[in-house]
Amino acid sequence: MKETRTLTKRKGISYAKWGYIFIIPFFVVYICCSLVPQLMTFYYSFFENYRDGLKQVGPNFVGFKNYVTLFSPDNTGNIGILKYFGNTVILWVLGAVPQLVIALLLAVFFTSTRLNIRGQGFFKAVIYMPNLIMAAAFSMLFFTLFSTVGPVNQLLQSSGLADKTIDFFGRTFTVRGMIALMNFLMWFGNTTILLMAGIMGIDQALFESARLDGASAWKVFAKITVPLLMPIMVYVVITAMIGGLQMFDVPQVLTNGNGAPNRTSMTMVMYLNNFLTTSKNYGMAGAVSMVLFIVSGVLGLVVYRTLSKQYKQ
Amino acid sequence: MIDANTKGRMQLLITRIVVYAILIFLTVLCLFSFYMLIINSTRSNGQLQAGFRILPQEHFLDNLKNAWNDASINIPRGMLNSLIVAGSSAILTTYFSALTAYGIHVYNFKGKKFAFTFIMAVMMIPSQVSAVGFIQLCLKLKLTNSFLPLIVPSIAAPVVFFYMKQYLESVLPMEMVEAARVDGSNEFRTFNQIVLPIMKPAIAVQMIFSFVSSWNNYFIPALLLDKAEMKTVPIMIAQLRSADYSKFDMGKVYMFILLAILPVMIVYIILSKAIIKGVTAGSVKG
Repeated sequence: MKETRTLTKRKGISYAKWGYIFIIPFFVVYICCSLVPQLMTFYYSFFENYRDGLKQVGPNFVGFKNYVTLFSPDNTGNIGILKYFGNTVILWVLGAVPQLVIALLLAVFFTSTRLNIRGQGFFKAVIYMPNLIMAAAFSMLFFTLFSTVGPVNQLLQSSGLADKTIDFFGRTFTVRGMIALMNFLMWFGNTTILLMAGIMGIDQALFESARLDGASAWKVFAKITVPLLMPIMVYVVITAMIGGLQMFDVPQVLTNGNGAPNRTSMTMVMYLNNFLTTSKNYGMAGAVSMVLFIVSGVLGLVVYRTLSKQYKQ
Repeated sequence: MIDANTKGRMQLLITRIVVYAILIFLTVLCLFSFYMLIINSTRSNGQLQAGFRILPQEHFLDNLKNAWNDASINIPRGMLNSLIVAGSSAILTTYFSALTAYGIHVYNFKGKKFAFTFIMAVMMIPSQVSAVGFIQLCLKLKLTNSFLPLIVPSIAAPVVFFYMKQYLESVLPMEMVEAARVDGSNEFRTFNQIVLPIMKPAIAVQMIFSFVSSWNNYFIPALLLDKAEMKTVPIMIAQLRSADYSKFDMGKVYMFILLAILPVMIVYIILSKAIIKGVTAGSVKG
């Protein structure tokens, strides 16, 4: 009896400190490597701080000037950030819409007991593979394959599908198409696997009773699968949006950082990267970062709410 | 009745054919570029210019030798650098995420709820949005051209933490921790010797994912590493793109790309089942 009491007492007093000890490394590193840099980024966005040739300008406090510049038309009459945000959205939509449609379709196929698809392990392994491939290398590969002297052009010409060389990198449509295709290939397998897990989590009895009631495959899909899949669909779409907002490696390498042709495939992060590398304009880079932070923060909130709802259940 | 039955069977057959056709089409779409990569890495520059080929030729070893010994792009060094960065990140991120998850899962302390909510809230913030401050910090601390700023941040990985937390909830019996306490094991030893072995499957999966994402990481490393001997593989690949393209031996270029993705490909071919299983854990369930 006495023994138990000392044990509980000891537990009550001393174990809490271990909780702190175990989580301290995470928080120290997070604060140093993410939180402080985030605050610094915010701070820098109010300063004029750039390289002009060999001369360093600033850092001087300029208030909201960087933000005003960011949202003002440049000498061609375009508002850069809006254009690049638009590009990012277009590139994302072109890749994400087919990605979601195909993934949903495949998830339904794979989980259907009626269809009973063979070789699922193989198909899943193949469609997930591009997700793990280095985006920079994948993009470089597309660049070589689709170049004017590359195998795609050779194939098109030797098979008579094209009578002259197609310059895939000279047209907005084809460059955007290639970026969207790469993003599609890299992510549809991942989405399929997530949606499959979602469908398999649905109570099988629901499908069974619907079938006994004579519901068509389409009706089951529209009335049972999709509504019950909503939470995971929201998660998938929003995380894909956050991923799309960060789109960088693929268009950067494919267009060598210039978003050719005519900056129509320049994304938000490429724009940020340009401020950090070519002009060393940390003030403007800070302002672009804060815009990105706000957009991803709003999207992140939605994910957070979905996840914590699940956590309470 | 028989009619309806045959009609149903016909319908099923047609659906099956369409479904398999779609699957085969997507398989070809996924594999085509990689197939071309492998084929083209076996062809000399002259052969590549001459036209399209569907079958390999005999210059694989020549291309490998040329790429491996290239003067401007030191790919073996790049691969070693990437291995150091990705390997250390994978170990640190899994160990400390497991530790943090255990700390929050097992102990009751003031601020525990806040700590958990905080990690969940910052989970979706991309690393790019703090890059400006991070680069400035590294410049001030003279940490550019060092691997430390690429490795150390992996200690705080909210997504890996979340995965570990979910795993602990499903597998760790509290009685085990209690039993270890009664046996006089200190808390740190309990974690290292009893809890970590239980978490092995989760750690293995997350190690693979973090190794891969670190190996493929391009944005931050490209901003921090500019010395030739410190560059990682993705930076070298991007460098290929910006080099004067026309002067390049294309066989060598394909070989560089192949070398860049080969380690991950090999791991994937061996462990694809476990990796695919790991994709779903740690996200929303339906």
